[in-house]
Amino acid sequence: MCLGVPGKVVGWIDRTPLFSKAEIEFEGVRKVCHMACVEDAEIGDYVIVHAGMAICRIDTQAAIQQLDTLQQLFNSTGET
Amino acid sequence: MKYLTEYRDPQHAHHLVDRIRELSTQRWTIMEVCGGQTHALLRSGIDEALSECVELIHGPGCPVCVTPASAIQNAIHLSMRPHTLVATFGDMLRVPGNHGSLLDAQAEKGNMKAVYSPMDAVQLARNNPEQEVVFLAVGFETTAPATAIAILQAAQLEVKNFSVLCSHVCVLPAMKLLASSKQNRVQGFLAAGHVCTLTGFEEYAGFVEQFQMPVAVTGFEPTDLLVGILEVVTQLEQQQANLINCYPRAVKRNGNHSARQICEQIFDVTNRQWRGMQVIPNGGLCLKPEWASCDAEIKFSLSDDDQQEIQTDCRSGEILTGTIKPSECSAFGNQCTPQTPLGAPMVSSEGACAAYYRYRNNTFTKDYS
Repeated sequence: MCLGVPGKVVGWIDRTPLFSKAEIEFEGVRKVCHMACVEDAEIGDYVIVHAGMAICRIDTQAAIQQLDTLQQLFNSTGET
Repeated sequence: MKYLTEYRDPQHAHHLVDRIRELSTQRWTIMEVCGGQTHALLRSGIDEALSECVELIHGPGCPVCVTPASAIQNAIHLSMRPHTLVATFGDMLRVPGNHGSLLDAQAEKGNMKAVYSPMDAVQLARNNPEQEVVFLAVGFETTAPATAIAILQAAQLEVKNFSVLCSHVCVLPAMKLLASSKQNRVQGFLAAGHVCTLTGFEEYAGFVEQFQMPVAVTGFEPTDLLVGILEVVTQLEQQQANLINCYPRAVKRNGNHSARQICEQIFDVTNRQWRGMQVIPNGGLCLKPEWASCDAEIKFSLSDDDQQEIQTDCRSGEILTGTIKPSECSAFGNQCTPQTPLGAPMVSSEGACAAYYRYRNNTFTKDYS
């Protein structure tokens, strides 16, 4: 039920508060999603969508930092 | 960046498994709270890869599974009412209540429809003004904002034939109940990432303080889960109990401010019966009195009288509290399958029984060994 899927905002359809909607692309598939909780998202941003509604904008910096940390951890002890 | 496949890197995952194995001086018991995490752990085979050093206990974080039979019975009752349509998420339709499922009721002329989001139910009401449309609202704090928005949309559009049968639940009170149980074996928790996306993780600090157990807010991809487990194991080995956010790309300390504000307009916290468990203090959300006109319980004078569960061979209560694994239930896989479920955990796409039924032939463990 708490399944959330990351997708890219490719176009705004409606920016009316409470009724806002955007087209979100998931691995090539586009779907219209509700955006009332992430109204400040811009085209090109990634959001996590749950039950047809974006629940957050993905923090790109945090995402990259997380991957860097994983890579450093991996490099620090070499190949397994 | 897709923010998905990057966190499924097998090399990183295998490396993290090694780190956890090397670090562990004993076998630790960790609960992943969310059913989505349970499925991800079993799908990737992480539970088996770590079985010598970590026992993963599957928590009650499957809202379909914990929705009480009384809510299902009320929805069935409404679906049989003239000029009334019950809308809910597809998973809910097959969940057995005390007197069959919503799908069984549909076969007996019950009027219901699966929807993708609560806002679709508002649209249904607009398209069918001659019908009363009732949305059976289930889900944790992750899903509650969508229900709140649907209610606000209906109010703004003056849609009078829309109401909500509210069965939303809150996860932290259930964690407290489990942690304070005399039978508790859990030593650390992976908190549900997408719940925390909405709520933030500040309120978990009190839990960590009270129970002196490490809590890692954790995502849903294999390396997300392994990082969470590594953090908890590290703390347990060092006899520490801290709160750590291992899902920072989606979770901030105070969560989603807009969503929290919207929910505060609509919901009050209430005591709530969790199926297979008990009434959990502050374990659910109900509509505030000022939204009574769209509260289906009030609008249609419903009650929770039919709360007593009819006993079957299903041991979902013990499974939801992590007391037993699905495979320890004698009905698992024979009497109870996804085609013929005895209990909600076999129906739901997040149920632990469905995960065990589906993923025992996983590939990660085979590749690893």
